[in-house]
Amino acid sequence: MNETAIARAELIREPIPSSRFGVVAKPLSTWERIANIGALRKTAILIVLALIWEIYARWLNNPLLFPTFSSTLAAFRDGLIGGELLQRAGTSVKVLLMGYSAGIACAAILTIVAITTRVGTDLLELLTSMFNPLPAIALLPLALIWFGLGNGSLVFVLIHSVLWAVALNTHSGFLSVSNTLRMVGRNYGLTGLRYVGKILIPAAFPSILTGLKIGWAFAWRTLIAAELVFGVSSGSGGLGWFIYENKNQLEIPNVFAGLFTVIVIGLLVENVVFRNIELRTVRKWGMQS
Amino acid sequence: MAAIDGSAAPLLDVRGVTLQYKTKDHLVTATYRIDFQVRRSDRFILLGPSGCGKSTLLKAVGGYMSPVEGEIRLKGDIIKKPGPDRMMVFQEFDQLLPWKTVRENVLFPLLASGRLSGSAAERKAMETIALVNLSQFADSLPHTLSGGMKQRVAIARGMAMEPDVLLMDEPFAALDALTRRKMQDELLALWNATQFTVLFVTHSIPEAIKIGSRILLLSPHPGQVKAELNSLAPDAPAAELDLLEKRIHSMLFADAVEETVPHE
Repeated sequence: MNETAIARAELIREPIPSSRFGVVAKPLSTWERIANIGALRKTAILIVLALIWEIYARWLNNPLLFPTFSSTLAAFRDGLIGGELLQRAGTSVKVLLMGYSAGIACAAILTIVAITTRVGTDLLELLTSMFNPLPAIALLPLALIWFGLGNGSLVFVLIHSVLWAVALNTHSGFLSVSNTLRMVGRNYGLTGLRYVGKILIPAAFPSILTGLKIGWAFAWRTLIAAELVFGVSSGSGGLGWFIYENKNQLEIPNVFAGLFTVIVIGLLVENVVFRNIELRTVRKWGMQS
Repeated sequence: MAAIDGSAAPLLDVRGVTLQYKTKDHLVTATYRIDFQVRRSDRFILLGPSGCGKSTLLKAVGGYMSPVEGEIRLKGDIIKKPGPDRMMVFQEFDQLLPWKTVRENVLFPLLASGRLSGSAAERKAMETIALVNLSQFADSLPHTLSGGMKQRVAIARGMAMEPDVLLMDEPFAALDALTRRKMQDELLALWNATQFTVLFVTHSIPEAIKIGSRILLLSPHPGQVKAELNSLAPDAPAAELDLLEKRIHSMLFADAVEETVPHE
């Protein structure tokens, strides 16, 4: 066997010019393009879920236990037109934004201290492992004693629910910034806050964004739960209180409408606000596919 | 030659530099009492096998670590910390800021260091981008570029700053062979245009001969100076280039000859 020894002639070929090919790039069909729109796919899923709800509720036929989707929608519409639901949602969102932004500010301070000093790192790690598993609601009784019956207590528990999730994610994001990028930043002579702001924060943005999302969800749940427990501050409670009141009056479609509002706001924030931030930042920069 | 050597003060002066770094359970000596001087417009190559501390040495010149013994002076001043007078080009493709376009990436250090501002910075950035033939891609984000293009942006970013010395840490090592050759030619063309000073780390002997004007050979574990040679012009006869390559090869692998007998 000496196949390698067999002489072979050299081959030289002329490639066919690309103008003679049938298809080099072909646009996708309309159906394929529609199926590529995420919002449409998600809407389709929502419609199917609503249909299942409607059919099951009609079959159950017990509006006190489980009202139909259409009656929930009607209660929701009445609430919107009457303005009560909007006003309640407004109260909730206002408190929520106060707590959320205060929580993010605290997280920012804590992480910057953690990234610049070793004691800070230890402090952040200790505090996070201590307080992150502690449900914010468990602090509510204490908060009521400290800050009284009002927005102060709510903001306090909200800060607690946001702070640890955001701080933990931001810190782990900072730690995972590639060494090359760090060296590049220092090569430019950046130090201190400019270094954090111009290099670390954008480079860690995927993790920071995850932290912000988790923080938002935690804050929302904590707020609604806290409002269910107490909730009236100066006569007008938020959505949680709306749900609680209507339960007491056995206005079950209104209870569902309240829950529905919580869900709708959650969907909007996730799919409009965070989605757009994501598209404009981490997706555009190719840091997330 | 001797007259020039005597009169010109070195731009970068490395004297008796010993570098050590700590791993989890060892204190490693990366280089031991290294001496070399880089003059203006040198294409100075640090060449050696892996483990000879050439990248560590470059990091020390960059100011990322300080020597335990000896000193590194740039224009007479001891190097203490990283700074924009010593721009680095890294091997990794992720050295560009992914949230900035090509133009912004080149522009950012100019603005951040306060070297230029406003339209002057803008003009300088676009000029350098044109030098590396990327004008068309000025508004592209790094993740849409190929590896070679990213390295060209990194080089443009370094050159736009007009640093005292451009530090290059195996910038072409992660490229494929064809792109690598093209990039070497481009780097030489850029040098012919502006005569910048460059300190270049590589482990490839042909690359060192092609790019360098002067080559520092280092031996491994720990890194020590083995020789400092003059390279040949890129258009020198092939036989001479070949001879130099063989000479460097035998110098670098003199100790290892007994262990690894070639198979040919």
